Amino acid sequence: MKFSQSPLLSQRLPVWRARLLLLGLLGGFALLAAWSVYLQGFNSVFLQEKGASRYSRVIELSATRGRIMDRHGDVLAVSTPVKSVWAIPEDAKLSPAQARALASLLEMDVRELNRKLGSSSDFVFVKRQIPPDVADKVAALNLPGIHDQREYRRYYPSAEVTAHMLGFTGAEDVGQEGVELALEATLAGKPGSRRVIKDRRGQVVEDVESIRAPQDGRDVLLALDAKIQYLAYANLRQAISEYHAKAGGIVVLDAKTGEVLALVNAPTYNPNNRVKLAGAQLRNRALTDTFEPGSTLKPFTAALALETGKFRFDTPIQTAPGYLTIGRSTIHDAHMHGMLTVAQVIQKSSNIGMAKIALTLPPAEMWNTFDSLGFGAPLKLGFPGEVGGRLRPFKKWQPIEQATMAYGHGISVTLMQLAHAYMVFAREGDLLPLSLTRIDAPPAAGKSVFTAQTAHEVRTMLEMAVLPGGTAPKAQIPGYRVAGKTGTAYKIESGIYVNKYVASFVGFAPASDPRLIVAVMIDEPMGAHYGGDVAGPIFANVMSASLRSLGVAPDAPTSALQASVSTPVVRESM
Amino acid sequence: MARINVILLVLAVACALATVAANHTARKLFAELEREQGRMRSFEVEWGQLQLEQSTWAGPARIEKIAREKLHMRPPGPAQIISIETTR
Repeated sequence: MKFSQSPLLSQRLPVWRARLLLLGLLGGFALLAAWSVYLQGFNSVFLQEKGASRYSRVIELSATRGRIMDRHGDVLAVSTPVKSVWAIPEDAKLSPAQARALASLLEMDVRELNRKLGSSSDFVFVKRQIPPDVADKVAALNLPGIHDQREYRRYYPSAEVTAHMLGFTGAEDVGQEGVELALEATLAGKPGSRRVIKDRRGQVVEDVESIRAPQDGRDVLLALDAKIQYLAYANLRQAISEYHAKAGGIVVLDAKTGEVLALVNAPTYNPNNRVKLAGAQLRNRALTDTFEPGSTLKPFTAALALETGKFRFDTPIQTAPGYLTIGRSTIHDAHMHGMLTVAQVIQKSSNIGMAKIALTLPPAEMWNTFDSLGFGAPLKLGFPGEVGGRLRPFKKWQPIEQATMAYGHGISVTLMQLAHAYMVFAREGDLLPLSLTRIDAPPAAGKSVFTAQTAHEVRTMLEMAVLPGGTAPKAQIPGYRVAGKTGTAYKIESGIYVNKYVASFVGFAPASDPRLIVAVMIDEPMGAHYGGDVAGPIFANVMSASLRSLGVAPDAPTSALQASVSTPVVRESM
Repeated sequence: MARINVILLVLAVACALATVAANHTARKLFAELEREQGRMRSFEVEWGQLQLEQSTWAGPARIEKIAREKLHMRPPGPAQIISIETTR
């Protein structure tokens, strides 16, 4: 029987069955359409991301921190990659033998290692900042749950010598102290990232886009001269141990450019190993600690006196009988000198002579001079904790305060400020701003404080102070004419002057055409305490070696050497 | 007509194969570029380490120690320094 003749065909099916089937099919299509609209329209971004994540990767591109170099390009600080080993304690189930192998590679105690791996946190650093080759050996052990990551570590080849100048960076290679912090914006690199396509074996096959180009930190050329810095460091260290002093500092400036050639403090520390670091070691005393400068401030008052026209280089001043009563206080000289000229007041460092000069000066002008010399306001070099010292408003000055301020008491400064202020005498009465970085073009004249004539006259007075008959013959240097001033001041502890001293010396050379300014400060020297005895010889050593290393031509015949230990030294007044 | 179609087909296949080849070459070259850039980075790291090493060896403290102790040198006295004036 043929199919077409089948009696079944003539049977009519109920019409609802066909309709149901049609509805079912239409429903199925509608569902598919809705699903595709959902995938394409609403969920496409998520799905595309998922798809891309199968082949495209975002790679982090690390940027290195800039190097710090001295003015001749010698490296003082450089970042180099190291690895840090970290673990997921839950996954790190090591056999005792594995743990021993790991501990010996990392040079750490097995118990210490087990304690770290036994901690309950999700992530633990096993050891940070190890050399990459050690990290490769650790990776070769193929231990479960132990991973490594790349980090940067900063090395300081000159260690203690440049510690306070450079400062250091933290674990994330971010500046925390010194130049590292002051010039952070220049030194810091900005890490970038890019999107790439990786193949099955993890190799990059195509560069899709650069999301952010990495920017390496820029190198910094400091004004610092590594050789002078070392000379200052070595001399300071020797002086500190010789006088059992509590602390000290030396600053060397270039009088022609205002560059900071050296800055050292004692006590110091090793920035490469900061495990046992005390606050006292960390202090950048030359910038953060103020002291009453004592006699080193006298030349500024003398210069102002010359400026006003009331005094000349050789105006006589009576300093007898060696004491002077102002109001209810009496000030003293170490020796009675009798009649002195203004120049001799500086040379012999007479407090009374200076007080008498100061009392004739208007307080406002004195304040203005100190202010324009930079006292009382921070230098703003960018170092953390820079302070400005104390310079009280002149309207509150009593006559006795004005008199003592003339010889450096009742006012406080930092060593850097003092060295900076002496620049007016080392130059033609003008003051250049200080610079931490190398200056290639010599700057034009700076802010004028005194006239050139005044500067020259005070320079002559300062030369006299170093010659026999002055307070610091030990600061002389064979072959060079030196100008400078000693300072010896009592320290103040909780508002009262105590029997402890700060010995200082600030000077410049060669006096005929000053090139370098050196300021030395020794805090609480034992045995000797006069600035001329303690700080003078340090100044002479640092200055002579620095001038020689810079190749500065001598300006005095060597036969004119007048330093002899037997010369009676004039004791300065405090 | 049929001949043109055959020529176009051959042309299309040739172009497709050329695209594949070009893409492959591009990826090979790119991989090479990556390798060289990696080498450059590692050289930069090495350069930094060598500079560090040089700075350590050339430190004034070490030089002074060797000059004094091994070579028995000392700073010249003022009488030993002769300064030469430049005449213009």
